[in-house]
Amino acid sequence: MAPFNMHLLVCGGTGCRASQSAKIVERLRAALSENGLEGDAQVVTTGCFGFCEQGPIVKIIPDNTFYIRVTPDDAAEIVAEHVLKGRKVARLLYTDPQDKARVSDSKHMGFYRKQIRIALRNCGFIDPENINEYIARDGYEALGRVLSAYTPHAAIETVKRSGLRGRGGGGFPTGLKWEIARARQADQKYVVCNADEGDPGAFMDRSILEGDPHSILEAMTICGYCIGATKGLVYIRAEYPLAIHRLQVAIAQAREYGLLGADILGAGFDFDIELRYGAGAFVCGEETALIRSMEGRRGEPSVKPPFPAESGYWGKPTNVNNVETFANIPVLFLKGPEWFAGIGSAGSKGTKVFALAGKINNVGLIEVPMGITLREVIFEIGGGIKDGKRFKAVQTGGPSGGCLTEKHLDTPIDFDSLLAAGSMMGSGGMIVMDEDDCMVSIAKFYLEFTVDESCGKCAPCRIGNKRLYEVLRKITLGHGTADDLDYLRNVSAVIKDTALCGLGQTSPNPVLSTLEHFRQEYEAHVFDRKCPAGQCKALTHYFILPEKCTGCTACARVCAVNAIVGERRQAHSILQNKCIRCGACFEKCKFEAIQAG
Amino acid sequence: MYPVWRLLRKVQVRSHTGRLTPPIHNMKITIDNKTINVADGLTVYEAAKQVGIAIPRLCYMNMETLGIENKPAGCRICVVEIEGRRNLAPSCATLCADGMKIRTHSPRVLNARKTVLELLLSDHPKDCLICPKAGRCELQTLAIYLGIRQIYPVENAEVSTYRKDQSPSIIRDMDKCVLCRRCETVCNTVQTVGALSGVNRGFMAVVAPAFEQDLQHSPCTFCGQCVAVCPTGALTEVDHTVRVVRALADPAKTVVVQTAPAVRAALGEEFGLPAGSLVTGKMVAALRQIGFDYVFDTDFAADLTIMEEGAELLDRLRRMLAGDKEAKLPILTSCCPAWVNFFEQNYPDMLDVPSTARSPQQMFGAVAKTVLADKLGIDRNDLVVVSIMPCLAKKYECQRDEFKVDGNPDVDVALSTRELARLIKEANIRFNDLPDDEFDAPMGESTGASVIFGTTGGVIEAATRTAYELFTGRQLEQVDFHELRGLDGVRTASVDFNGTPIHIGIAHQLGNARKLLDGVRDGRYHFHAIEIMACPGGCIGGGGQPLHLGDAGIIKARRQALYREDAQKLIRKSHENPSVQQLYNEFLDHPLSEKAHRLLHTCYFDKSNRH
Repeated sequence: MAPFNMHLLVCGGTGCRASQSAKIVERLRAALSENGLEGDAQVVTTGCFGFCEQGPIVKIIPDNTFYIRVTPDDAAEIVAEHVLKGRKVARLLYTDPQDKARVSDSKHMGFYRKQIRIALRNCGFIDPENINEYIARDGYEALGRVLSAYTPHAAIETVKRSGLRGRGGGGFPTGLKWEIARARQADQKYVVCNADEGDPGAFMDRSILEGDPHSILEAMTICGYCIGATKGLVYIRAEYPLAIHRLQVAIAQAREYGLLGADILGAGFDFDIELRYGAGAFVCGEETALIRSMEGRRGEPSVKPPFPAESGYWGKPTNVNNVETFANIPVLFLKGPEWFAGIGSAGSKGTKVFALAGKINNVGLIEVPMGITLREVIFEIGGGIKDGKRFKAVQTGGPSGGCLTEKHLDTPIDFDSLLAAGSMMGSGGMIVMDEDDCMVSIAKFYLEFTVDESCGKCAPCRIGNKRLYEVLRKITLGHGTADDLDYLRNVSAVIKDTALCGLGQTSPNPVLSTLEHFRQEYEAHVFDRKCPAGQCKALTHYFILPEKCTGCTACARVCAVNAIVGERRQAHSILQNKCIRCGACFEKCKFEAIQAG
Repeated sequence: MYPVWRLLRKVQVRSHTGRLTPPIHNMKITIDNKTINVADGLTVYEAAKQVGIAIPRLCYMNMETLGIENKPAGCRICVVEIEGRRNLAPSCATLCADGMKIRTHSPRVLNARKTVLELLLSDHPKDCLICPKAGRCELQTLAIYLGIRQIYPVENAEVSTYRKDQSPSIIRDMDKCVLCRRCETVCNTVQTVGALSGVNRGFMAVVAPAFEQDLQHSPCTFCGQCVAVCPTGALTEVDHTVRVVRALADPAKTVVVQTAPAVRAALGEEFGLPAGSLVTGKMVAALRQIGFDYVFDTDFAADLTIMEEGAELLDRLRRMLAGDKEAKLPILTSCCPAWVNFFEQNYPDMLDVPSTARSPQQMFGAVAKTVLADKLGIDRNDLVVVSIMPCLAKKYECQRDEFKVDGNPDVDVALSTRELARLIKEANIRFNDLPDDEFDAPMGESTGASVIFGTTGGVIEAATRTAYELFTGRQLEQVDFHELRGLDGVRTASVDFNGTPIHIGIAHQLGNARKLLDGVRDGRYHFHAIEIMACPGGCIGGGGQPLHLGDAGIIKARRQALYREDAQKLIRKSHENPSVQQLYNEFLDHPLSEKAHRLLHTCYFDKSNRH
């Protein structure tokens, strides 16, 4: 097979597929064959590039041209101009928000400049459904090395030396976890990959599975060798059909190549992997609940000890690691633990993938070295706050994380610093809020999520979170009292202190952190009956500044309940008892005559 | 979300011993400033108990000797503070570790415990005054114990409510469920019935049959063990006392009552007497004072059961010994209605194995509605038979169609021991001051053999006493078969029938019954006779008995009371009961006669596809 001169990489992640990337692939192929270029250039469907805000993305190799927001209609032009004539299609290039210059290579974009891609190394680069492309990127070499040159003990030592900590949220040292599982004597052990990604807005695990499924299979096999397990299971939520499909393809290919199954690489080691589907309960990301769910039982956590490493799936020693944790494993053997430990901060080594979302310019998936500051992530990689608004808070760690404020912007992002600041790493959700966000409503939103997702097993989480939510609702309706604030604080602290699993123990974090950092906002709701951000409808009043009103009647015409009265060319006014606070007049007024407060 | 510190500390403890399972047998821990040595594997709750510290608990229940343990660590009431630990620990599920410093009532613990209890109460109906569990409710007791004086008024606070569900025996009022999961553990782990499990999630999580269907349409056997362990009013018995009060007030009705053996060993508890008090005489006096026309004893019918079941055993045994391949052995006792439900659902292929003899309750009803009604010269419709049972499945059993004649049931109302206590209280009787009274003749006469029907091993011991004498033709010198007694879940024994060894299996709790039956089905076990009772300890631990609140000692005391009564009886073998002999002479001819078959035997149905 003759090598291709050019590769057209098209993002085939869930997000870009939703924006017709499959059609782009089709049109690109058609255009290539029309021009007789099938032998010169190939179109490759890859995993996620991360810059989802700008998708669908088409990247041309070898010149690294990065086309954004490509539509199927652009395919012919890309082929005609770029492939055939070597001229870049300028209108599809990224524009730097600062100097407005066109940037053609992703390396020079603010979004990518500070990223180090280890777990995402192959995402957006290889065809995830082709094992050869993975192998060409040194895939399965780590497995080969481990099986031929490492004892299980030595391999675990390597993982320990790298300082890798679990990426699922708790940050438990991975090597230590493996060592504990290895020390147990049993006729059968299991390796489980936790792909039950549940944080709202987080999609790093999905992207890795969609973009680089073989890296997970390889790492699970290495883990199996280390702890003495011959069976691997991937617990994946059924809402991830594309990831499931790519895993199935990868497993079939690996079996065909003898990289799964009996006597892998002639080393006398047997290992195989099966999939288990979850129904999408957040709590099933907790490992004991996950194991119960895999056994076909009600997904609810149980008391540890016994830890899964002692008694897990069907009572057998089980090692559960998160997708992203596994994605780091092969690299760590290829480049060495010292290389890995050289990245990151003192207690947290390597990189972390974050799903950057909220009121930020560059929404997407990023992988940054541990220890990078929140400021760098939000303002450099994230490109700052949308529409030039003011930064207010950032929520890390998903629904159970805390809200950090401006004073935390220079906090290094690692397990311990985030915990010390009152938040947590979590699985890597990062949601940015601006001045328009009401922190009481934000806390209420997260509580609503935990109330929905609590399994109901322990009383503090089952009832306490419900009550927290109800009190927050009361405050946003303008009925709050000083006692309510004390109640919130006490019940939050008790839930944190008494809940059975990690979900409950961290669920009050959004309340506690907003109470601490935005106390004045709560007080404004309770004592002044005002929502400073103007988000709480019950507390928002619209009024017209007569000196600014021109009497154009636009507001009166848009008002659905006829709450605005006034003569043409005369100042208008709003009847407060009729107003439903929909905000339509506020949006409509061109003279800034309508104010909210 | 991994609780890092736990494993880290665990590993540290381990690494200093150099082994992964530290063989520490003598650990030193401090609880509330008391330093004690405890053995490895002890929980903080148990250790505290050893030094006289009673940590309050709600979901946790441990009836060790009966193998019933519920430890989901879900209520978080028993939390304690452990030095060096980030959050509070549930003492029921936390193992002691060397050097642990525990505080069970620090301000932090007390605040957490009270706040959690307040939360539980905030999602609980406040109808304690009219709740069937009032006074015996563990949640109420806890609220009193911890002095909860107010529940924070949250605006528009939601309370989880569920559809009410009433089966023939059990009422489910899940608004009162605190999700302790005891019923679930008992139903699944102990009884292996599998009718109840956690459904829904979050605030609406509750224990219910699959798809929240009615209990009646679930695999429930009505054993009532869920009711026996429920700490609140979520699971209670169907109350039939009003029916009895009405029947007693109806001048056209003759009302007779029969009392099961296990009732007399437990009824006193409802009146503050210590567990194991025998109140047979007082019970009879109370029933008479309430106004029953005749006060009879189910024990009489138990003797009758032995006559029929014993004859059936001997018949099958003789046929088998003679080489008859059709003879089915082992024979299984069939006195327990929950057990009958259980095998009808789970062992439809073995319906010809159990004895066809009816339970004593139903034998009594059949005899009363025919022989007694005849003697009294009244129509069976004007005779009301009330039974006092330690059991909730009996309520279901007396409604079965096989036990009705033209729609008129042999037993009209089955009351539980608890309902009888209520009836006595309603009738303004000072129970403890009552003089002892005697049962009426003829259906009040009974033997020691029938008394022990109320405990595991008792039915088979009674049967053995009779079968031995009838089989060998010899007089038994020693009627106490100690090898058949005990509280182990599954027991086996061999009794020498004059050179013929008779192998006997005994199980109580349906999970143990399943083990035994599975062994019989796949040929691992070869027994001649098997006795099975659905409840822990037998009928003395029945679902209709006074609540034991998790104390296995109460069940043991009741058991001893029954053996005591047996020892006191002059006649201790069923076939020597003169009233029973008279019944055969005058009416039934002989055991297994055509008349006996019609009145005293039944048949079973395949109910495996009922769901």
